Amino acid sequence: MPKNPDIKKVLVIGSGPIVIGQAAEFDYAGTQACRSLKEEGVEVVLLNSNPATIMTDRDIADHVYIEPLTVEVVEQVIEKEKPDSILPTLGGQAGLNLAMELEERGFLKDHSVRLIGTTSRTIRRAEDRLEFKEAMEKIHEPVAPSKVVKNIEDGEAFARSIGYPVVLRPAYTLGGSGGGIASNQDELDEILANGLRLSRVGEVLVERCIAGWKEIEYEVMRDGAGNVITVCNMENIDPVGVHTGDSIVVAPSQTLGDKEYQMLRTSALNIITELGITGGCNVQYALKPDTFEYCVIEVNPRVSRSSALASKATGYPIARVAAKIALGYTLDEIRNAITGKTYASFEPMLDYCVVKMPRLPFDKFITARRDLTTQMKATGEVMSICTSFEGALMKAIRSLEQHVDSLMSYDFSDLDDTMLHRQLRRVDDQRIWAIAEALRRGFTIDGIHKATQIDTWFIDKIAILVNMEKRLREEPLTEELLREAKRLEFPDTVIAQLTGKEEKDIRLLRTGYGISAAFKMVDTCAAEFAAQTPYYYSIYDGTDEAGEVLYADSRQQETVKQENTARKPKVLVLGSGPIRIGQGIEFDFCSVHCTWAFQREGYETIIINNNPETVSTDFDIADKLYFEPLTPEDVENVVRTEKPDGAVVQFGGQTAIKLTQALMEMGVRILGTDADDVDAAEDRERFDQVLGRCGIRRPKGETVFTAQEAKEVAGRLGYPVLVRPSYVLGGAGMRIAISDDDIDQYIGEINRYTQEHPILVDKYMIGKEIEVDAVCDGTDILIPGIMEHIERAGIHSGDSISVYPASDLSDKVKETIVSYTEKLAQNLHVIGMMNIQFIVQGEEVYIIEVNPRSSRTVPYISKVTGIPIVPLATSVILGKKIRDLGYEPGLQKEASYYAIKMPVFSFEKIRDADISLGPEMKSTGECLGIAQTFDEALYKAFLGAGVRLPKHRNMIITVRDEDKEDIIDIARGFDRIGYRIYSTHGTWKALRAAGIEARQVNKIEMESPNLMDLILGHRIDLVIDTPPQGIEHQHDGFVIRRAAIETGVNVITALDTARALITSLEDNSVENLTLVDIAKL
Amino acid sequence: MGNAYLILEDGTVFCGKSIGSQREVISEVVFNTSMTGYLEVLTDPSYAGQALVMTYPLIGNYGISIEDMESSRAWPDAFIVRELSRIPSNFRSEDTIQNFLQRYDIPGISGIDTRALTILLREKGTMNGLITTNEYSKAQIEDLLPKIRAYTTGKVVEKVTCAKKYEFTDSGDTVPQPSTVGVRNELSEVMQRELYSRHFRVALLDFGAKRNIARSLVRRGCRVTVYPAHTSAEEILNDRPDGIMLSNGPGDPKECTQIIEEVRKLYDSDVPIFAICLGHQLMALATGGDTYKMKYGHRGGNHPVKDLKTGRVYISSQNHGYVVDVEHIDPNLASPAFSNVNDGTNEGLVYLNKNIFTVQFHPEACPGPQDSGYLFDRFLMMMNSQSAS
Repeated sequence: MPKNPDIKKVLVIGSGPIVIGQAAEFDYAGTQACRSLKEEGVEVVLLNSNPATIMTDRDIADHVYIEPLTVEVVEQVIEKEKPDSILPTLGGQAGLNLAMELEERGFLKDHSVRLIGTTSRTIRRAEDRLEFKEAMEKIHEPVAPSKVVKNIEDGEAFARSIGYPVVLRPAYTLGGSGGGIASNQDELDEILANGLRLSRVGEVLVERCIAGWKEIEYEVMRDGAGNVITVCNMENIDPVGVHTGDSIVVAPSQTLGDKEYQMLRTSALNIITELGITGGCNVQYALKPDTFEYCVIEVNPRVSRSSALASKATGYPIARVAAKIALGYTLDEIRNAITGKTYASFEPMLDYCVVKMPRLPFDKFITARRDLTTQMKATGEVMSICTSFEGALMKAIRSLEQHVDSLMSYDFSDLDDTMLHRQLRRVDDQRIWAIAEALRRGFTIDGIHKATQIDTWFIDKIAILVNMEKRLREEPLTEELLREAKRLEFPDTVIAQLTGKEEKDIRLLRTGYGISAAFKMVDTCAAEFAAQTPYYYSIYDGTDEAGEVLYADSRQQETVKQENTARKPKVLVLGSGPIRIGQGIEFDFCSVHCTWAFQREGYETIIINNNPETVSTDFDIADKLYFEPLTPEDVENVVRTEKPDGAVVQFGGQTAIKLTQALMEMGVRILGTDADDVDAAEDRERFDQVLGRCGIRRPKGETVFTAQEAKEVAGRLGYPVLVRPSYVLGGAGMRIAISDDDIDQYIGEINRYTQEHPILVDKYMIGKEIEVDAVCDGTDILIPGIMEHIERAGIHSGDSISVYPASDLSDKVKETIVSYTEKLAQNLHVIGMMNIQFIVQGEEVYIIEVNPRSSRTVPYISKVTGIPIVPLATSVILGKKIRDLGYEPGLQKEASYYAIKMPVFSFEKIRDADISLGPEMKSTGECLGIAQTFDEALYKAFLGAGVRLPKHRNMIITVRDEDKEDIIDIARGFDRIGYRIYSTHGTWKALRAAGIEARQVNKIEMESPNLMDLILGHRIDLVIDTPPQGIEHQHDGFVIRRAAIETGVNVITALDTARALITSLEDNSVENLTLVDIAKL
Repeated sequence: MGNAYLILEDGTVFCGKSIGSQREVISEVVFNTSMTGYLEVLTDPSYAGQALVMTYPLIGNYGISIEDMESSRAWPDAFIVRELSRIPSNFRSEDTIQNFLQRYDIPGISGIDTRALTILLREKGTMNGLITTNEYSKAQIEDLLPKIRAYTTGKVVEKVTCAKKYEFTDSGDTVPQPSTVGVRNELSEVMQRELYSRHFRVALLDFGAKRNIARSLVRRGCRVTVYPAHTSAEEILNDRPDGIMLSNGPGDPKECTQIIEEVRKLYDSDVPIFAICLGHQLMALATGGDTYKMKYGHRGGNHPVKDLKTGRVYISSQNHGYVVDVEHIDPNLASPAFSNVNDGTNEGLVYLNKNIFTVQFHPEACPGPQDSGYLFDRFLMMMNSQSAS
């Protein structure tokens, strides 16, 4: 079936801001799909509120709307752009829900817009619990039996019919509390009684317990003609009970025989056929480990995080193919872009093993529970490829960039055997390290299997790694042993540590024995066909395919061809690794644009990255893709093979910057700002010298190494002070200290990890926080625009609402900012990107920090000013001058509209995480509000972040003493728009004194009705709670904020945010939103 | 574990560890891309006379489950893998692959770069090789090469076929069977029940048949009699079967000159015939068609085949080094029914004015996708319409 000629203009809905569970994978999928549609001559309209994505670039779609993802906005876009179709299956659950709502309202029919890809009926059948169950029963596919009960008797009867153990889940309780697993009737009675009491509606779901079963996923595709294929299957190492996004996952499945593999494959294909899916789909199974029994857990009728992983694991571009299918093509008409020879109607065959590990945010939320449950907590993930499972696991571990490089990185040696056994039973992010320790102690594989339910095959693999540790520790390091250690992907650093040698000795030994990494290709077909797309992974036990080793005739011709055309200079672009708080998708945006810019300049581009969710690891972004950990040793392997003419580190966040020194030692030229100048910006003393030369002031501060020194400095400066480690990103470890005790605690936390760099202690200044990104060519600078943070200094810039253009800066201040930027650029010899944060007090401008690299705000400011900063910076890096590129240096003309970047958080996903904002970054994503007026832009930004007010017009205000004055105006504003304000005693008194009607409510530890009852009553729109500074934060406030977040109440912890919110709510004129097409700016 | 070597006819030497038997053997080296199903592959008689390379690197993970064997023993001359699992892990596993190879005296090599080997076979085409635990000198290898090159699989069907006729009754119901309900099946449930209750009598000609061919028929209610490869057409026809099934098997189809003559007689009868793989090739040769050897064949579980009548594409299990030459098919005799989406080679034929239908791929799966299992239903319909007329 050829392309449907009626499809001419398609609306693609993105997934909005990055939150836990809906992350960069949808930028990857959306970007690939948009490019796939455009390649077919289709006009693409894109709607996504997330400005940090590649998909919202003007060259990805024809019309780009970075607007809030609400039904009203989609309707407006449809009315304005009049697309004939919507492709709803590429924007995650958010996009799918929107499309479904429009369809159900009849809006799509009224406007003659059709859903392409999968139909609404199919989506309903896959997503509606009851309809799904019926569909599965029709084709005899088992689902875990479950029933909602309202009393003990019904619960007992149902449990008897399905057999124990059963899972009990009370409806509408905080964080699933009151639920549990019952193995017999006594336990059932107890848990059920409690659950019924706790549930707001008196209902408990009783479900067949499949915890401990193997969790298996299939990624499948179906076209409009009914052709079906499996792209990949995956096995979760953690059995059912841990969200697959938090599991260590291996592809393909390792412990399934062909009978089980085909049984589930056939089931998955039968399911998508019955549901009538056209496009990609994910089916999750629980497979009983000791029989062939299985049940379908879930079907996602869209591309998902797992499909992004499957795409990267196999090389099969699911989103690209899904988009083509939506246009009417059949699988056998779509070429396999990897081989260029075969078609999309085949199943990828892997000749390697893929391991995915989650990147969990517990380093940011140290109060949070580390337990892994069915609620996903990971912010990102890493993927690794090797010919052995052991090797892939070792590579994945060191790709995490969490101070882990082996199975020895978390130390459980101080636990006694009983405690260790207990630790094994804990399902958390450190479990494989606990297993390794248990194996070192001689726990049996079967015993560990019983405690963890993890398949013995995986435990045996960990045992092989543990055994290698032992051999390295005890045996002489022979060639054979070293070779085997490298085959198992032990990094040189770990081998050195275990053998008591130096890393350089290990390297010398390896050179002597000729043990070096070789690269193999990911080609979708296990080498059955010659592939054209160079996508590589390293191994230690085979020949190289990436370098010059060539086998036979056709390859030789290719090399000759390459040699004729080649001779292009080669550039290495270092990616930014897993998405984590503080280093998000923005850096992938920069890496990709930098790569494209180099390609346009005639360079051969090579990307190294390990993040399967991103655009940068798509097979057709760079000329060559190396899917590898970003450690010096792994990067050196690539460097040795590729011999690049230079490397760029300024676009890959701190991950890439950290590799600068190592790259220089390998003899790779760093393109752009010199490493020494990067150091001058990061090293406090050298930086102070630079500031001195430029005549620029900064908040007073000093560099220290110990808590004692820090306290002395704080004494001189006067509290409050900012304490932070140098060389970090996202404010990691940064705190405001108001006492010596705080300093002791913070420095203790910072020093938990090896601290190679000094600690900075600065006077904490309150003022207007200003940020600029600039491109510098050595002489001139270009500032696309000045951004202002709504929240005052003290809250991490990534968590602040950012306004462009900065609204009320005097011309003199602006001139000072430009002149400081110019001086700093010249004195730091910046070539390329730099980011500067200032504090403005009155007309005085102070500098907070300078980062001679690309920043988080680059995608946002590029989009809203229309100035392609990354390509410009890339040209500058290659020696061009700003003036030659068609730009007048200096601050560019201010836009005639406002663009506001709003941080978005995922607090509800992380149990026990403190949500109050401070110098350490906590947001996971961002959205944009863009409009002619400040108020409308702000309103849109809040809307995009999911703040839809007013609803019930009830709110709670509790503020710390120093905020009692400032809260008055804010409270008055809410009072004016009809809010009923509840406050605890102190705030209540302050509000009453100012003549604002507020109701007093008991503190949480006092009798009911108290604050907690109010929150749990589900009638509260908003909580404004400003926690006292310092560590002695009240337990009270913490509990209130958590309770509010977990019940879906908006919580604001900074007065500036509250002020912004009431400003936007008070302006009635912004009811009707005006749309802005970014591509036409 | 000592070293073992693979010496290819072009002089390339791969060194790894010896697994299984230490026997020295010369064979034709072929690769299979299936990620699961190593036991089914090892026991597929079509691999007789060949040394098998698995492209998937981790083999033996789920051990050995005897009930998954596709014949009574292992057939390849040698087994070449990257890594054998130290322990098997699966609830049905009865043994390790290491023991299994020993038991059937199959020599093998682990720890070699199977991807490099596969690329070599892909680029140069299938080659012969010597698998040995002896370390030969360069000069010795030079001397061995002519002998290695001279190897042919020969008349290997004789080795793998059954000794005498027998009834096959095992439906293989201890393992899960593909669902026969749902829209991916050609027959309605009612029609299925009706056809399955007819208990058609099928004569299965065993050229090296995989068990699941017979099982697929038994599960559909058929009474299956298995005949040795060299049974005369007369003998089969005398037993008055409702249908004849020509099985898969090893080797060059053109070597089976005698069998081809008998197949021609079967063609001339009015009995419905369904043929798979070698059976498909033999029918083509028996009716004046031609076959040729492919550069490196199709072996794996991911090959797309297109039903030329409906345009539907099915993912199939395949194992063949020879193929029917689509250029030499007499359009008055037969027309292509399936073709390979990747390379356009012939994957099936319908014989005109005949109740004969043949496919190159393996609808019986085991290992591999079960997508084309509905073809057995089609065979039942053929038998049904024939008996009605």
